[in-house]
Formats: sequence, C-alpha cells, structure tokens
Amino acid sequence: MTNHWRDIKHADLILINGANPAEAHPVGFQWFVKAKLDPTKGPGAGGGAKMVHADPRFTRTSALADTYLRIRTGTDVAYFGGLINYVLQNDLYHADYVKNYTNASFIVREGYDFKDGLFSGYNAATRSYDISTWAYETEGDPLSGPPGATQARAKRDMTLEHPRSVFQLLKKHFSRYTPQMVSSITGIPILDFMSVARMVGEMGKPDKVMTIVYAVGLTHHTTGGQLIRSGALLQLLLGNMGRPGGGMNAERGHANIQGNTDHAISWEILPGYLRIPAPGQKNLDQYVQASAPKRSDPNSWNFFGINYRNFMVSLLKGWYGDAAKKENEYAFDFIPKPGTNSSWMSIYDQALKGKMEGVMLSGMTATSIGPDSNQVLQGLAKLKWLVVMDALPTTSSEFWRAPGMEGAKINTEVFLLPATHWIEKDGSFVNSGRWSQWKEQVVPPEGDARHDHWILAELFDRVKTLYRQQGGKFTDPIMALTLNYKDPKKPELDEIAKEINGKNLTTGSQMTSFALLKDDGTTTAGDWIYTGSYPDAGNLMKRRKGIQDPKANDPTGMGFYHEWAWSWPLNRRVMYNRASADLDGKPWDPNRPGIQWNGTAWTGDVPDYPANMNPKDPAAWLPFIMNGEGVGRLFSNSMLDGPIPEHYEPYEAPIPNPLHPNVSEDPVAFLYDQAAGRPNRFGKVDKYPYVATSYRLTEHEHYVTQHVPLLVGLQPQAFVEIPQELADEKGIKSGDRVRVSSERGKLEVSALVTKRLGPITLAGNKKVYQIGIPIHWGFVGVSADQNPEKSKYWLANALTPMVGDVGARTPEFKAFLVNIEKF
Amino acid sequence: MPELTRREFLKLGAGGAAGIAVVGNPLGFDLKAAKKRQIESRITGAKESKSICPYCAVGCALIAYTKQVNGKTEILQIEGDPDSPVNEGRLCPKGASAMQLATSSRRVEHPMYRAPGSTKWEVKDWDFVLDKIAQNIKASRDNTFVAQDASGNVVNRTEGIAFAGGAAFSSEEGYFATKVMRGLGVVHLEQQARV
Repeated sequence: MTNHWRDIKHADLILINGANPAEAHPVGFQWFVKAKLDPTKGPGAGGGAKMVHADPRFTRTSALADTYLRIRTGTDVAYFGGLINYVLQNDLYHADYVKNYTNASFIVREGYDFKDGLFSGYNAATRSYDISTWAYETEGDPLSGPPGATQARAKRDMTLEHPRSVFQLLKKHFSRYTPQMVSSITGIPILDFMSVARMVGEMGKPDKVMTIVYAVGLTHHTTGGQLIRSGALLQLLLGNMGRPGGGMNAERGHANIQGNTDHAISWEILPGYLRIPAPGQKNLDQYVQASAPKRSDPNSWNFFGINYRNFMVSLLKGWYGDAAKKENEYAFDFIPKPGTNSSWMSIYDQALKGKMEGVMLSGMTATSIGPDSNQVLQGLAKLKWLVVMDALPTTSSEFWRAPGMEGAKINTEVFLLPATHWIEKDGSFVNSGRWSQWKEQVVPPEGDARHDHWILAELFDRVKTLYRQQGGKFTDPIMALTLNYKDPKKPELDEIAKEINGKNLTTGSQMTSFALLKDDGTTTAGDWIYTGSYPDAGNLMKRRKGIQDPKANDPTGMGFYHEWAWSWPLNRRVMYNRASADLDGKPWDPNRPGIQWNGTAWTGDVPDYPANMNPKDPAAWLPFIMNGEGVGRLFSNSMLDGPIPEHYEPYEAPIPNPLHPNVSEDPVAFLYDQAAGRPNRFGKVDKYPYVATSYRLTEHEHYVTQHVPLLVGLQPQAFVEIPQELADEKGIKSGDRVRVSSERGKLEVSALVTKRLGPITLAGNKKVYQIGIPIHWGFVGVSADQNPEKSKYWLANALTPMVGDVGARTPEFKAFLVNIEKF
Repeated sequence: MPELTRREFLKLGAGGAAGIAVVGNPLGFDLKAAKKRQIESRITGAKESKSICPYCAVGCALIAYTKQVNGKTEILQIEGDPDSPVNEGRLCPKGASAMQLATSSRRVEHPMYRAPGSTKWEVKDWDFVLDKIAQNIKASRDNTFVAQDASGNVVNRTEGIAFAGGAAFSSEEGYFATKVMRGLGVVHLEQQARV
C-alpha cells in the first residue's frame, strides 16, 4: 500500500478491483465502511464516500458497495483504460498535478509506436521488446548522478501539446478505449460503466480524492504488472497519488508477506529493493550504473539513484564484515548473479527439467499453490531432496502419498521439520500498510519444535563445518558471512533487528536514517528501508501508542499514529506525500492534509522530502524524489511489456481480443512449457467453454487453516460456485457432485448454485459464464482425513496454467477455461 | 456522551455495574455483571502479551493471556487489542480462532524422514536430519555451482538449490534466510508475493 488501512476512511470514492476486502480482509474493511458511514464527518472529510466494486462475483463487498459491476476476469486494463479515456477526453484530470507532478510534459523519442497490438521494438523470435525505442528525447548537457553515471536531460513541453509528449501519446493510446469497447471486452453494460466514469471524473478536483484498492485478483494475470499500472495512471491523472485517502493500495494476503518481500526472499532483489547483480557486472560501478535510477531533469533529486551505492556497500559490509573491503569491491563477487529468471514457477520448471536437486519450503506448499499442481507434483518427484519446515504437515511434505502418486517409485528424500508457530517467537510482522509491528514471544516452542531461523543457522553451521573439513566450491562467502550474534546457532530476533537497522562502525551507534549511510565501509545496513527502526534509543517497532489516547497519539487527527509501531521508510505513513501539497506547499485539500509547508518546515506526516526545503525555491526538488524523473511516470520504460498499459486477453480466453484479434494475448508473457519443449497444456474455448477464476474465503487462510477445526467446521469442504442460469442449463443443483476440468487437471467437488455469478455479454453478443473456485482444499487437513475418497481431487490449482507475466512472473491463477459436468 | 472504549469499560469494574443493577433489575442482580466477572476471573492475574494476527496482512493487534500451570505456559485467551489504530480490538473468524492454531493437536511433533522410495515416515532426532540435510546442501551446491558463466563472467551461483518461504516468518527470520541463502550462492529464492 502507498497508504495504510486506517487512511482509507479519508476517501471520497473507493474503487475496488481484483479484491474482496469484506471477506478476505474483513477487519481492514471497517475503514471502507467508515469512509461511507462515519457520522462525525461529512462528504470530503471521511464520510459519505461512494464505493464501486468491479468483480466477476457479487460478494459481501459488492453488497456494501454503491455500485457493483460484473466484470470479466482479467479485463481490468480495459476498465481502467476506459476511465482514463473518459478523464482525458473530457479534461477532467487534475491539470496542475499532471503538468508538474507527472511526466506528461516529457517528449518521447521519434520511433516509438504502437500498432495492431504491438509496441515498437518487438522481436517475435525472442518474444521480447527492445525497450530502447521507449525513451525520452533529450537535449542539452548530460546530468550527473548516480555517482559515476550521467544521463542526458529529457526534453519537456509544459504546454503538453507536442504530439510526442507523453500526454498526447497517452490520449491517443487510450482513445480506443471507448465505452463501447470497454463493454465488449469487460462485459460491463455501457450505462453502468458511464455512471462510474462520471463519479471517477469528479475525483480530479483538488478537493476530492479517490483510492484504488486491489489484491491478487489484479496481480495473478499474464498482464498483472500492467493491470496495476493502469490503475496507477488513473490515480496520477486525477492527482491522487501521495494524498491521504488516495493512492494505490494492495491488500496483501499473508501476515508478513510485506516484510519478507522487503527483506528480499525474492530472486530478483536484495534487501530494500536493490536489484540482484547481473552477469557481466564486474564491479560496483557497473552494478550501480545498470541498476540505479538516473536523473533526467535538473530538478530531480533522484534520492534512490544517488544513494544506491551507499545502500549496497552498507549491505555488503553488514553481510561480509572484514572480508568486505575497498580492494575487493566490498565482496561484490560474493553475491550470486542469476543467469535467468529464478522465480516461483522457474523453480518447478527447473525441477521438471531435472536441473533442480533440492528444494526447501517453509510456510509454503508448492503442491497446493501451483500453478498446475499436477506438474508441480511431477517436479517434486524429480528432486533429490525436499525439506519442509512447518508446524503442520502440508500437501508438499506429503506429496509422495498424494492421490495418483506412487511413493515406492519416488526417489526424493523428504524431510519434515517441526517449526515453531508465530506465537512461539518474537519479531515483527509488517502489514499491508508497511507498519512493522513487533510481537512478543507468548509461549515457548512446543515440544521438539524449533524456530525456522535456528534451523537455518544450525544448517549453515553444519554446512560450513563440512566445507572446512572437506573443502569444496568457492567457500569464501560461506566462511566470511557475518554471524555476530551471542550464539551464532541461535541468533535472537532482536539482534537481527538491530543488524537490519545498521550501525555506524566508527562510533558503534545504531544508524538513525538511511540518508547517513556511506559507501566507504564505515556504515552497515541489512536493509536500508528499515534504517531508523532500531536506533540506540530502542526498538521503535514495539511502540503501541494507539487509540487509547487519540489526542496525544494522533495530534494531526489524520490517523498517522506515528508512535504505534514503525513504518518504512522513516516512519512515513503515506508514501510520496510531497504530492499531497501544491507547488507552494499548501495541501490540495486543507481538510485532508498529508504534509504542508509552514514557512520554515514541512509538518504533518513524516515528509517524503527534505524537511526544510522551501518549495518556492527555484532549485526545490520535484515531488517524487525516488525516481530519476522526479515526477510520476505515466509512460515508463521500466516494464518489459510496454510503456503504456494495454489490454491483452488471458492465455485461455473465451473471445479473441476485440482491440487486435491477431495479437490477442500478451506477446511477451513467459510460456514455461513451450520454452522447455514440453507438450502444450493450454485449452481452447470449444472444449472448455467456461471462464473460471479462483479466490479465498473468510474462514480460511490459504491452506494452513485446514488444520484448525473451528474454521473447518465453518467451511468444511471443497466446492465451486456456478451461476444459476448455467446450472439450469446443465441440470446441476446445489450439493451435486461435479467434475470441473481444464487441459491440465480436474476437480471433483460439490456444486454451489448461486446468483452471485451470472452471464455476461461480450463482443459480438457472445454470452459467457464465469464460475468461481475457492482454493483452500487438498488431500491434507481435518476435512481430507474425514473424507479420504471425496478429497482426492480437491486441489484447485490442478486447473491453473503455468504461464506468467513477463516481468513479475505472477501466474495466471485468476483467468482460465474449464468445462463442468455433473457426475 | 463520549463513546466508552472497551478498555475503559473494563476499567470501570464490577462496582459501577452493580450500582446500576440495583436500579435496573427487579430480581436484584445483574446477569451482565455476573458474566463479566466470570470472564475477568479467567484472565485475572494472567500475563498479558502483545502479538499480531498470523493470518492476513491487515495486521490486527492481539493480546494473548497466559498463565503458568505446572511449570508450563498455557494460553488462556487471545483477543483483539482495543488500542490498535488498525483493528481497534476487532477480529475476523480466523483471528478470533487464532488460539486454536496456536494450540493445535495436529502439530508435527518430531523431525520426520521419508527415505527415497519409502511409503512411510520415520521419526528421527534433530541431529540425524540436520546432518543429512547439511550433507545434501553441500553436495547439491558443489554439483551445481557455477563460478563463471559461458561468457566468462564471474557469477558464483548455486543453480540446483531453491529456497521458498516466509509469509509466516517474522521479518527478522526472513532477513536471516535471505542472508544465509545468498551466502550459499542460491539464486532460486522465493516467497509468497508472486503466488
């Protein structure tokens, strides 16, 4: 989230896409309801808001929304594109914001083009774009920064009239997204779409603000990245980024998925979103030049870019201590450099190819998660060894006895290690709003259970001993890795929290801000975005000054609660908040200030800007200090599938793309089976006529709650939701057993016939049904134990395709084709 | 009248409630107060610890009440923390039943081992499994380590080991996992964000 849960109550309009907060994040949803209902506030001040829910299924979120739009899954780019077009065609954008706070005025180089579904630079043989054609036109002397790199300054036209200005290109691009086109792609009736467009059109006024809230219903598509970007573009055009009540807000699904993304258990990054070095980068200079943002405007501070090297060296110094020296580029060579994408699906792709020897899973079960669970099972069976660290058995620890698997023929050596629960250890959980909240150890570990990090510390120690005794491949990083804990085999989370914050090696003090980190080996920071969370004064994540005293703890009344836990970066509660105020530093809406300039300093939230920089100074920095442009990017060359979002069909779709039928799907999405030479596993609409999507229920969390009897009692068995009209056609009644099949596998579950789903009408008057599949069941858990026969085919992801967004590699869990029959 | 928070209500205590009861209840006693006393007695003297819900990422703050019973810490109750600006004491069905996850009888009790080709688990001790896994890690690292790629670039990567996990880790555990895995040269590093 750019903002945070409590902040949603400040919105005038809430657009919800690819999410069902009333059921999936019910307690967070109270802030949506408060935006509508808080009787102490009026419209524009946290009450009287409108809520629009676009979703294939009418859920409890829809029930509390003012407008529900039945949308075809995977078509939200068309929906947002239509809204963008409406805002641009009718001059409803926030003109001052667009001109000064976005790259609308930047001129794009000649040669950029978009035609028949393809952007310029496409290479069909490699299924990729040469993104150099998506660059700005430049002029004048190059600008410096990051250190060692220069970049030519981008040409701008502040009238926004230049035909190659980003603004005009955007206008042209989205002009195709007429209400008729939106309707034929999404299935939303034109009049319903127009009523929402009119509401959204009001939100470009400076004293109005809209928020967009989404979840994995937007990310789990081959166009996942662009789906999010299309919403972000709309928010930039309406001037809603950086403002209380605004922003792009991802509701994350797991207790600490945010913290563990920040700390980079992710193949492509190092802690704090530093890029993992790539092959060919021989030293820090080359790494920084390839990875850090570069200034393209003289008024761009480019804070991230100019500090990239400081952050990286502080990380290396923290990890490799005395072995990280100036002479060896601070042990830059110790960091592994991946040659190919190494994300989730790639792990099982490599396993299927026989190239992956061992997999370690903690709190994640590959079999249930999928996609294409049957292929994942085959992949696991090809491993030499599998380690599952978990408090409870999973469909992965038990994969060798999954229905259809022959354990006697599977040579994978499997370990199941009893790990502790969250309540048996302390440490922080970071919520969707980036609030890092410390929890205490409530009870000691149960029985033989051990903390995950103690298991890893023990394993590392034993591996190190083996290398010491026997030698082996490149042992330097193993020997040098710092383990400066009281007991290196049992590090305390408090010690690690201090390490993450970092310290000044000269004075021995904890660092207080990442702005003070250096690239000369005198500072450390395990994750620079958490620098400041644990100063000498103590662990700020432990703070709990909340609503017990709102006057003292929330002096601005804006719900920041700066002394409740700690949020990154620097305890800031709304990101990009410089953009919440106008050029002079006055809040766009005085009733909902983020930060404001009082003549000498910025007050309010922790400013995303130098605390004393006078906004009226001609040399004042542009508002978005973290990127090279200094402004929000309506056009970006950081995406691999296009500088502007475009609607592409899911890989299994009921119709050809109405915009460009010859380039129907995303032309650069990564097709694992095809690339590996395995047989095609995509199905076509003639054999699989129904659109399917998957989702979560209130009573379960992914797969772990299959072990919680109270929750199993509330939602005891696997089912699919089928629209009434389709059920009538097929003679299916609620409670009937049905088989749902895709080209990859099948489900055998109970039918739940419902009016929550219904037919939609697409291009060419084609009637399409969508069916809904909750994901929570499998062959492990209380229900499965009680129904061993019935639960054989309960893995929802047996149906889903192994294909992903080219950049994010999010699988297309949310849109695929199936057939359904009663049996 | 300003809204009474749940915490303030609890602080009013039984005395205040009993005073109202004399007037309000013809039977001369107040069922509400009696019920409240019963709940209070369950957690009276209990240790109050601060936790966070283990399920979704709303990040609802919890209070866990524990008591020492026969030298063992026993969880008595887990409830929403009324001070939290995030949940203001509220919990959903999952959070409200968090205690059942914490005290599950279905826990993995000991390290378990399934040998290649076997159709059953065997109970093992920690030393057995840790030694074996450490040997596996070293062997797979040595088998699949690439010091230089085909173009001669120094890449120092372990291609044949993957680590995935962490959505239920404390952040600090997650950071430690990243550090150790990168230290071993692992490139296939993943968690729940994409899936």
